[in-house]
Amino acid sequence: MDFYLATLIQGLCFSAIALGIYISMKIFNIPDITTDGSYTLGGVIAAKLLMAHQPVYIVLPAVIAAGAAAGALTGFIHTKLKINALLAGILVMYALYSVNLTIMGRSNIPLINVSTLFSLINFASDPNKNTFFVLIAFVAIIALLIGYLLKTDFGIAMRATGNSESMIRALGVNTDRMKIIGLALANALTALSGYLITQFQSFADINMGIGIVITGLGSVIIAEALVNWFRITSVWFTLTLVLSGAIIFQFVIAVTLSIGVSPTLLKLVTAVFVLLIVGLPRLSFKNSS
Amino acid sequence: MIELRQVHKVFNRGKANQVNAVNGVNLSIVEKEFLVIVGSNGSGKTTLLNLVAGSILPSSGHISINETGVTKLPEFKRSEWIARVFQNPLSGTAPDLSIIDNFRLAAIRTQPKGLTIGVNPKFKSQVKDKIASLGMGLENKTEQLMGTLSGGQRQALTLLMSVMDNCKVLLLDEPTAALDPRSAEIVMKTAERLIDEFELTAILVTHNLKDAFTYGNRIIQMAEGKIIKDFDGKEKSALKQNDLFDWFA
Repeated sequence: MDFYLATLIQGLCFSAIALGIYISMKIFNIPDITTDGSYTLGGVIAAKLLMAHQPVYIVLPAVIAAGAAAGALTGFIHTKLKINALLAGILVMYALYSVNLTIMGRSNIPLINVSTLFSLINFASDPNKNTFFVLIAFVAIIALLIGYLLKTDFGIAMRATGNSESMIRALGVNTDRMKIIGLALANALTALSGYLITQFQSFADINMGIGIVITGLGSVIIAEALVNWFRITSVWFTLTLVLSGAIIFQFVIAVTLSIGVSPTLLKLVTAVFVLLIVGLPRLSFKNSS
Repeated sequence: MIELRQVHKVFNRGKANQVNAVNGVNLSIVEKEFLVIVGSNGSGKTTLLNLVAGSILPSSGHISINETGVTKLPEFKRSEWIARVFQNPLSGTAPDLSIIDNFRLAAIRTQPKGLTIGVNPKFKSQVKDKIASLGMGLENKTEQLMGTLSGGQRQALTLLMSVMDNCKVLLLDEPTAALDPRSAEIVMKTAERLIDEFELTAILVTHNLKDAFTYGNRIIQMAEGKIIKDFDGKEKSALKQNDLFDWFA
């Protein structure tokens, strides 16, 4: 398959997780590690239901609901039991491993002879090009929905919750509830990425989510660097950059592999890359001041 | 309007560092009263304000606002009546949101935050008119992030935000403590104008005795969690500024 097209498709599949991490990390200021578990959960539920030949209007809501439930659980543990958000996420992620394994019944489910989201509609005769067009449409719809949500009164309250909690409580918002909804939304998006990737690679695996949070983080951090660089305040532009961040991140990894770096070193290289994007702007600020 | 009966607030009960921050306070504030609370550090005045706001709940006693018992009601539910300006200009606004988004939230303080877009052209022009009344030249910067403004500008906007929605009680928690004298004066003048215009019941906690002397129509002094002086409007206007200084001698 065309190298660039495959990378682009992966980037689009991961743009949902990037939006999810953007919501939990940038909007709510919560480091949410549930991601690894809810991503696999999305993939696992998709695989299981697709193998049972369930139609898309059953699979898609099921994936979203499962991801949302995982996120809401983390949110509940964090806000109602007053447990550190990081720990709450780790606990739920850890527990989800068993849940995922139980749902699957084995560690890997290949998707054979099933019709996926990508074979549902035909934009192009080449299956990969078709996948690409379906993804473009899918991601555009998600981004539009999230963008609209953030512009509404509810969305403004959401953005303010992570920004100035004392203010938003004085303005009559139940911040606990808001955080639970936010984490549910973030993890529903993450599960969507698992759903997309599973169909793209034609299998779900119990280990598919390990370290996936870095993909979301990397994408958001790239986007953040660009947002700060160009001093962007528009919600729409920021979301577009988050989506681009997901694609850029996949390209960096793909290029790294294609220039001959051993796949064994991939996670190390990825970590260094993320560190560089975070660290470089700070280093240069230090020199100039 | 606001009733406190036998209100106690104890921090760290039973421990060596137990603090009886508010110690059996009875206080009744009538409608349109502008109450000033003075007292030295640790006298319990900010705790008292927090008890009214609901950001802390009393250890014992009874609090009611507008003839509704609110003793156990959390802060976000009291926002139906109460708007609040914090000591720290950063606490009353969301720095990473635009001015207009901040105002939108304030405008729907007592209403559910729904899934419709409320920042429409009509709302924008309404906000611009209000901001223009401050005379700070901020009316054309409504898309700017709140965090880019100075403390004085933010505090003045916070005041305006508090009357965007139906508001009965305005709590001012040392609103000018972090401001330079000029900004402080603008903020206090704005507060007085809004309290007057919207017929609000207001509580001002302050260390600034000049403000305590200038503003309000009732003044109380607190010490060790109790009210030790209480002067109504007539008595307050008979006071001289130096009398206030003597209270702290």
